[in-house]
Amino acid sequence: MAEDKKVIIELDNVKRNFIVGSETVHALRGVSFKVHQGEFVTIMGTSGSGKSTLLNQLGCLDTPTSGEYYLDGVSVRTMSKRQRARLRNLKIGFVFQNYNLLAKSTSVENVELPLMYNSRYSAAQRREAAVKALQAVGLGDRLNHKSNQMSGGQMQRVAIARALVNDPAVILADEATGNLDTRTSFEMLVLFQKLHAEGRTIIFVTHNPDIARYSSRNIMLRDGKIRSDEINTNILSAAEALAKLPKPQDD
Amino acid sequence: MNIINLFKVALRAIASNKFRSFLSMLGIIIGVAAVIIMMAIGQGSKESIRQNISQMGTNIIMIRPGADMRGGVRQDPSAMQTLKVEDYKRIDQEKRFISHVSPEVTASGQAINGANNTSTSLYGEMPEYLDIKQWSVSDGECFTEEDVKKSAKVCLIGKTVADELFPNGQDPVGRTLRFKSIPFRVVGVLKSKGYNSFGMDQDNLMIAPYTTVMKRVLAQNYLSSINCSALTEELTDKAIEELTTVLRSNHKISGEADNDFTIRSQEEMMQTMSSTMDTITIILVVAAAFSLLVAGIGIMNIMLVSVTERTREIGLRMSVGATGLDISNQFLIESVMISITGGVLGIIVGYLGTLICNKFGLPTSIPLWSILVSFAVCTVIGIGFGYFPAQKAANMDPIEAIRYE
Repeated sequence: MAEDKKVIIELDNVKRNFIVGSETVHALRGVSFKVHQGEFVTIMGTSGSGKSTLLNQLGCLDTPTSGEYYLDGVSVRTMSKRQRARLRNLKIGFVFQNYNLLAKSTSVENVELPLMYNSRYSAAQRREAAVKALQAVGLGDRLNHKSNQMSGGQMQRVAIARALVNDPAVILADEATGNLDTRTSFEMLVLFQKLHAEGRTIIFVTHNPDIARYSSRNIMLRDGKIRSDEINTNILSAAEALAKLPKPQDD
Repeated sequence: MNIINLFKVALRAIASNKFRSFLSMLGIIIGVAAVIIMMAIGQGSKESIRQNISQMGTNIIMIRPGADMRGGVRQDPSAMQTLKVEDYKRIDQEKRFISHVSPEVTASGQAINGANNTSTSLYGEMPEYLDIKQWSVSDGECFTEEDVKKSAKVCLIGKTVADELFPNGQDPVGRTLRFKSIPFRVVGVLKSKGYNSFGMDQDNLMIAPYTTVMKRVLAQNYLSSINCSALTEELTDKAIEELTTVLRSNHKISGEADNDFTIRSQEEMMQTMSSTMDTITIILVVAAAFSLLVAGIGIMNIMLVSVTERTREIGLRMSVGATGLDISNQFLIESVMISITGGVLGIIVGYLGTLICNKFGLPTSIPLWSILVSFAVCTVIGIGFGYFPAQKAANMDPIEAIRYE
């Protein structure tokens, strides 16, 4: 990977302890890595490996017990809740396993949501950005569909559009294909690879080892530590894999 | 998030749970309507009493014997004999702020005309009494001062007495009736005044010269009261002062000694009545206000349910950049909107309610401030009872909220 590119994420010996009853649980035991602009990183690990905790750190939803986390050059550890909310609003796009769309709201309204909390956007600018993001994920024709009128794949596309709309420094996907069937999962991977090709930085947390083959780099976690961190030199094309899948029988 | 978007979000949340929102509004609607109706009835009764009293004449001053202590026992005013005819005469001679003055003695008993009889009250007065009370004679005319001097057995009768004793449309004027077996010639019939606001028949009475009643009916030498009218309502206080001076000197009361009479003005009575009505109104309104409190608790309850229900939504909003303040504002505005909408509907229902009360004969009058106060109270309820649920939402941990099932 080109080392001269801008460092988006830098973790320096990040530790996170939780106190459960009288015991201290060490969820992260000193994690250090850097992610450069334009990388597509998968973070893998079994449950209990600390990947959710790491994702919360990366997403500025939580702060480290010790160690430093720099997002786009800014230290997150000492930030207040309010400052972190602002940082999330500007720098991070989340994609969740269960989509987390607002019920009874249209695609555009869902995608506009992050911009609602950014006073620099006017109503017209919000809509324009939302429409653009929806077009980027291939939902240009479903702008005013409500979330309950869409399939799982379409809902996840809306969620990805919502993650793109604020032009974030990094997109954080948490098991983003976990609720989808194989075919739709590959469709999502095609979309993520397309975003990667456009130069976006993506961090994809998953327990599915297949996905790692489509990313540019794979970090394995075990017991709160990095077990391996490998650059993937042979990135498979999700579009090709999708084409090889048997055609759906009906619909 | 800016305020317009907050309102949009709140409106959508309310609209997506229409029935539930309406039920929690209903508490506010009932509470506000109750407060408005109670205030309207209170205010209406007060105004109607005021009107009734002022119809009796606002410049009337009544002097009664009273405030008399004998051996530490306060005496019943009617048993006291401190007001004399001399008092009346001196007031009449020295009056400056008083336009009319009339002594009064009263007797009650049976009035009889042939086979007809009725129980009534006989007032012994001066002809000026009609000027004080602003009464007029509809048939015949009033007795004269000459009649008073001669203690003539003449009388005016009220409409009720006339109807009872002279049925079948007989003209009572010129006829003779008996009161306590003393014959009185009827010289006039008073114009009907109907019932007063305390439910008393103001037409069931006879008026005769006070001398006649004192000497021939009661055989007493003291007065039961003296009625005066001040020149104008504004001069009532000066008139009272004047009367006090005259009576104290007449009764030889000096220095610090208490008066042996009581002077009360109609204005004073009016104030007493008003303040009684105020007390009743306050009690009614406080009772109604409790229903508002209960309504507020209802809103708090529904907001807590709403916050729990939307935990995931809160988590999502926080993860895309909403601050605690954004979330708290969102829920606060929602509860304020529920309570203010309820308040506005409550004002409308309250207004319709007072119209219905009016139809059933209750005097009502909605004071403007009661509407403003209801509005303010609703806002306070919305913020007050929405605050705790809003804080609960604002303090959620986004990590847990977004994974909430």
